[in-house]
Amino acid sequence: MSAIKKYLELFLVFFKIGAFTFGGGYAMIPLIRNEVVKKKLWLDDDEFMDMLAIAQSMPGPIALNTALFVGNKRLGFKGSLFSGAGIILPSFIVILLIALVFTRFKENPVIERIFKGIRPAVVALIAAPLLGLGKSAGVNLKNIWIPLVVALSVWLLHISPVYVILAAILLGTGHYLFVKQKTKK
Amino acid sequence: MELTDLYLALFLSFFKIGLFGFGGGYAMLPLIQREVVDLHGWISVSDFTDIVAISQTTPGPIAFNSATYIGYTAVTEMGFAQGYGVLGSAVCTLAVSIPSLVIMTIVCAFFFRLKNNSWMQASLSVLKPAIIGLIASAALLLMNGYNFVDYKSWIIFGAVLVASLKKADPILLIVLSGVAGLLLYPA
Repeated sequence: MSAIKKYLELFLVFFKIGAFTFGGGYAMIPLIRNEVVKKKLWLDDDEFMDMLAIAQSMPGPIALNTALFVGNKRLGFKGSLFSGAGIILPSFIVILLIALVFTRFKENPVIERIFKGIRPAVVALIAAPLLGLGKSAGVNLKNIWIPLVVALSVWLLHISPVYVILAAILLGTGHYLFVKQKTKK
Repeated sequence: MELTDLYLALFLSFFKIGLFGFGGGYAMLPLIQREVVDLHGWISVSDFTDIVAISQTTPGPIAFNSATYIGYTAVTEMGFAQGYGVLGSAVCTLAVSIPSLVIMTIVCAFFFRLKNNSWMQASLSVLKPAIIGLIASAALLLMNGYNFVDYKSWIIFGAVLVASLKKADPILLIVLSGVAGLLLYPA
């Protein structure tokens, strides 16, 4: 396969994933795995799981991080540009079309009634997976104060999530340093 | 406001969202809401909720969807032509992606050293539960008088919450609650 074709293939694989996954990043992971591990054999399953763990621990949309990682592993930095563009473009095109239309119909009373029903549903959809996500993030009785403090400080005290993230990183590394010092003595 | 100033402000906001948006998806919502609703007022809180709803029914991650949508509306609401709005979408989408591109390039270069790095594990031990708190705050921030207008809102909320816990399809739930809105709020 010629070099241009390889870049194009990378772009197309992620374009397809970007175009057909509804519901955001987490929904994309099984599709990416299917394409990259099972169909294309670009990575083996262990590599994929390791990569996923890293992509999820870094800032930014998880689907983008995963796409960038696969592109980079396959064809270097330029490869990541193609896989990244592939995953971004479908939603860019769709949302742009919606924005062009929706901004014009927003004041329409029928649309307003529909969205009056949808808005509380959106909040429920955000809240529903919390328990399951909490379990898989390793939340237990000993550390449940962390999500509680975070939720209250962002919600009621209007503290920026940026500071919350920085504080979490400092606390995690600080605690590690403290334990390390203690075990040395 | 000058157009270039607006583009710059949009770029910086979405760059920040990309850089500090740990946990992806819903965990990024409080940060996006703070930047685009509270700090800059580019869209209202109910518009923001509508974007989340649109995100749940269209392909792609929420961060991109909101970048594209907000980039367009912020520019056109200021009275600039649609073409400048499209450029605004592109600016926001690029801005939210650049931190990921830089970070993942570095990660790929040092992958094997990062894999079992104990400093990273230590940060994650607090970051992971913190991200759960961020998702909870995303829900709490949207539980306001704009999105919950009366008792009917709470009925829809309760029904969708139960159905979602029973693993009902989110797109179907959004469509059904739209129908419920039409029925419960007569013209």
